[in-house]
This record gives sequence, C-alpha cells and structure tokens, in this order.
Amino acid sequence: MAVVLDVKDLKTYFHTEYGLVKAVDGVSLYIDQGETIGLVGESGCGKSVSILSIMQLIQTPGEIIGGKVMFEGKNLLDYEANGPEMRSTRGSKMTMIFQEPMTSLNPVLSINRQMTELLELHLDMDRHAARDRAIELLRMVGVPDATSRIDDYPHQFSGGMRQRVMIAMAISCNPMIIFADEPTTAVDVTTQAQLLELMKDLVTRLNTALVIVTHNLGVVARYAQRIYVMYAGRIVESGPAEDIFENPKHPYTIGLLNSVPKLGEKHGTRKLIPIYGLPPNLIDMPPTCAFLPRCTHRTAQCEKDPWPPLRSAGDNRQVSCYVDVRGKQ
Amino acid sequence: MADDKETGAQPADALGAAVAPPKANEFKRVVRVFFGRKLYVIGFVIVVILILTAIFAPFIATHDPYSTNLSEKLEQPSSRHWLGTDSTGRDTFSRIIYGSQISLLIGFSAVSASAIVGLLMGLAAAYFGGWVFAIIMRFTDALMALPGIILVLLIAGLAGGGIPVVIFALGFGGIAGQCRMMCGLALSVKQNDYVLAGRAMGMSSWRMMLTQIFPNAFPPLMVGITMGIGGVVLGEAGLSFLGIGVMPPTPSWGGMVNNGQRYLLHNPWLSIAPGVAIMLLVFGFNMVGDGIRDAVDPKLRGVI
Repeated sequence: MAVVLDVKDLKTYFHTEYGLVKAVDGVSLYIDQGETIGLVGESGCGKSVSILSIMQLIQTPGEIIGGKVMFEGKNLLDYEANGPEMRSTRGSKMTMIFQEPMTSLNPVLSINRQMTELLELHLDMDRHAARDRAIELLRMVGVPDATSRIDDYPHQFSGGMRQRVMIAMAISCNPMIIFADEPTTAVDVTTQAQLLELMKDLVTRLNTALVIVTHNLGVVARYAQRIYVMYAGRIVESGPAEDIFENPKHPYTIGLLNSVPKLGEKHGTRKLIPIYGLPPNLIDMPPTCAFLPRCTHRTAQCEKDPWPPLRSAGDNRQVSCYVDVRGKQ
Repeated sequence: MADDKETGAQPADALGAAVAPPKANEFKRVVRVFFGRKLYVIGFVIVVILILTAIFAPFIATHDPYSTNLSEKLEQPSSRHWLGTDSTGRDTFSRIIYGSQISLLIGFSAVSASAIVGLLMGLAAAYFGGWVFAIIMRFTDALMALPGIILVLLIAGLAGGGIPVVIFALGFGGIAGQCRMMCGLALSVKQNDYVLAGRAMGMSSWRMMLTQIFPNAFPPLMVGITMGIGGVVLGEAGLSFLGIGVMPPTPSWGGMVNNGQRYLLHNPWLSIAPGVAIMLLVFGFNMVGDGIRDAVDPKLRGVI
C-alpha cells in the first residue's frame, strides 16, 4: 500500500514562562492509504500536539522545531503555516474532527453556510451545487431530514448530531487523511459507538486514512489496524493493533493493558493493576527513559543510558525499551 | 445566571436528539425578543419617529427654518409658533425638526466611520497578535491619553467647524473606543474551538476574521455602536454649543441650546426644547442598542 503521510522526527516545543516544554520530541510515523491508525497515550503526552503540528496549526508559544512531514512528495513544513499551500491542504486533503462537538461549530452561522463555505472554498462549487452536495453529505452521515435540517443552527442539534455534521464537513472534499482528535470523548457511550461505526464505514467507502487520537484502548482495539503508543512526547511502541494487544512489549503498554478490564473476563480472576506514579513533567526531562520512575521492569542499564531509541521488535513492530519484557507480564 | 442557562438549554438539546425541533424562524425570534420589552419598544419608536422626522422635515415643519422675522423675535409659544421664536424670529419648532437631519447625519456618519476603522483595527490586532497588536494598541493608547473633548476641539478648532469637520473630529475620537472593544471581544472569541476548526478547514485569515470571529463578536458591538450614535450627537451638541461645531444658520440642536441660554429666564423653551430632543435621541438609541444585544445574542438562543 502507498504511504500517504510520512512524518519524520517531528519536534514541537512550547516556550513557556516555566521553561521549554518538549511536547512532541522526535515523533516519526507513517500512514498508509485507507488505513486506520490509533494514536494512544494519556493526557498531555503530545498526541494532539503531534497532529496539530502535522497540519501546522500550532500557535505561539508553540513552535515546530524540526522534522519532516512528507505528504504528496512534499515536506509540508517547508510551507508557511498560513500560506496558500497549507490552506489548500487543510480542509480538503487533510481534515480534522475535534473533540468538542458543542464548541467546534460556529454558533452564529447555519449548518448550510458552514458546509457550503468549505465546498465553495476548496472545490469551487457554486452555491446551489454546494448546497445539494452538503445535503447529500448530511444524509451520508445519518442526519435525518437533511433537506430541512441544513438550515438549522448548531444549537438546534444535539451533541451527537453536531459531531455527525463535523464528520460530514471532514469528508466533504474527499480528503486523503482525517485526523480525529478524541472524536467521541464528549459524547455518551451509545453515540460513541454509532459515530465510530459511521466513521469506519465512511473511510472504508472513501478509501481515506483515519487517525484516531484517543486514550481509550477499547476504541483503538476495535477500529485501528495499527497503533502508535505515545509517552511524554515520544512514540514508545508501534505495530499492528492485534499484535500489540496480544503481546505488548513496552512496559507502558503492558501497564495500560493491565489497567483496563477485558470483556468476557470472569469477575475476580484478574486484578486490575494501575500504573503507579505520575507522567513526567515535560520541562526538565531526565536524559534517561521518561517512563523509568514508573517502570516495573527496569534494569541497571535503564538507570544510566539515555532514552532508548525505537528498535525493531518483530514483524512491523517497534519498541523503545532496553528490556525484552516478553513473557514477563 | 449560569444555572438558568443550563436548565434552559438542556431540554432543547434533549429534544433535538430525539425529534427535529419545530422550526424556529431566526428573524421572528429576534423580533419577538426585541419587542418583548416595553423599554426597547419605546426606544425603537423614538428612533423611528426621529428618522421619519428627518426624512419628512419639509412636510412637518410649519415654517422655513432659515427665514428670520425681526418683528416676531423672542415670542412665547403660541398657536402660530408652537415652541416660540428665537432672537431673530425663526420658528423654534421648525428648526428642531430640521435639526434632526443634521443630528442624525452626523451621528450615523461619524459612528459608521469610527466603527469601520476601529473594528478593522481591533480585529486585526486581536487576530494577528504580536507586533500588529502592539502597534495598534499603542496607537489607541495614545488616542485615549488625550482627553476626548480636547482632541475633538483641537481638530474642529484647527479646521474651523462645519459638518464634515464635526463628522471627522467625532469619528476620529471614537476610533480608540471601538478598536479596544472589538479587540477585547475578538480575543475572547478567538479562544473558541470553532476558530481552530476554521483554520483546520483551510480558511484564510480574512475569511476567519469575517466569518468566524466578527459575527460572534457582533452582538455586544451593536450595543456600543448604537450607543455611540447617542454619544456623537451629544458631542456635536457640545461642539455647536461652544460655537465650533455646525455653523449657523444651519439648525443644530446643540447650537440652539447655546443660542437660547442668553434668554433662559424669559424664553426657557429656546434651550429646553432642543435639549429634550437631544435627550430623547440619546435615550432612544441606547434602548435600541440594549434591545439588539438581547435579541441577537447567540448565547441566549434556545433560552428565550
């Protein structure tokens, strides 16, 4: 399969009053055409900042320090953040679905205005064609009574329906990649499942790559083909979803999986083990592995060597750990 | 307040999830809210009457506002001269009617001018930040450091009065206020997710400012703008009162108050009548401003 996006050694730092926050510190990842990817990690590990950096949506005090974002043979970071090349990429070839459906639509414009604006902007449609297309898109994402609902304002929609509208907007220009930043965190579980099924269905139909950014392992287990696990601004493990769930190699991934219950597991057969400690402060990071203070597998080597680089660990898998923890869980 | 909003909003949302809510016509809703409060209606009626008066002044006025008649000077109100006559025998009522044209002309043009310039500056400052913000804000600081009336006096005094000068002076003086207000509102609107979402959709800076930020900052601005009209009319009255505003014999309410003050004891109507006209106009525009804010505020949608 063709690689649509190849991110190499992406670094985004935030210049704060307290010091330099290395929110994303050397993230490399690739996305194949039509593939669904899960970007997993706890709050503040740099998941969102990574994808905002890819789309060049980082604002001061944040700054993309280095790296490459190869898309359609070009390095997107060579372009000016608000230049014409980036603007024509964002929203048409690369789109984004935000976490909060309640606030990510403009409250004073009708859905029609917001959807047709996008189509007129990127696809040069005239007003009538754009409206027809917008209605068609709303039908595709399952908004009932789309012909009349299109003239409504965001406040007249429920949270789930608004997220459907966001999805409709995200697919409206047939993008290559959709970034979904915790797309279902703000809606209830039933709606969550519906929205994820809808997105899965749409990306399969349109052959669009989907990046789901989430801290919910259940979501990635079910929908992602490959997973990237992030910790403290770096990727610590990557590989096919099934492999990672069956045989996690990084102590952090192991910890994550041990701390969530599995469906079908008999009550009382397994204790849920939390990951003790707190994620590190991203200012003044230690030179050693950032997970070290919380790690249960650490060795003497971990204490003195720098953060372990990603190493190959089997079929299409990479892990950033000195210890081979296979079988130790 | 916050509680009211939440309890008010929830049923509407829950309803939206299950069935499509009844179609609420946005315009009808705005009109209903606006005309739901008596005070707003009174203000609106005053403004409408004033505008109609200005348009149909030739039909309403009983006399020519410019024709002097020394044999009828300083008359008390009568059936012939409803509000009496001034020191050169001109009909006060007719002059007030014609004065509404001048007041509204100056009010609308000065406020539009300062609003357009001020809002663009404020929007640019808030959106681009950095050195654009610094330069624009220092400029408004400088404007604000000068007492408004002195700035206006300076311009009007140097340029020598007349309607265009008054419009320019008052408009220029209003820029700083409009700019600051727009900047503050735009900065808070900018924090919203939909602004980031707009950028993620590939909108240009101009489009973002005009479609995402400006419309959301507009309702509170409306209040400032409509109230600004009242303020400018007061300013014009002040300038004319001081004799450097609208030049006689053009009827101006402020000038009339000024001319009448010498005869305050015997002919109080000469000053009181145009004074009341100014007061009504300012009150009317302030009420309309408040009403518009309540009616078009998107945050109150679904509650009222």
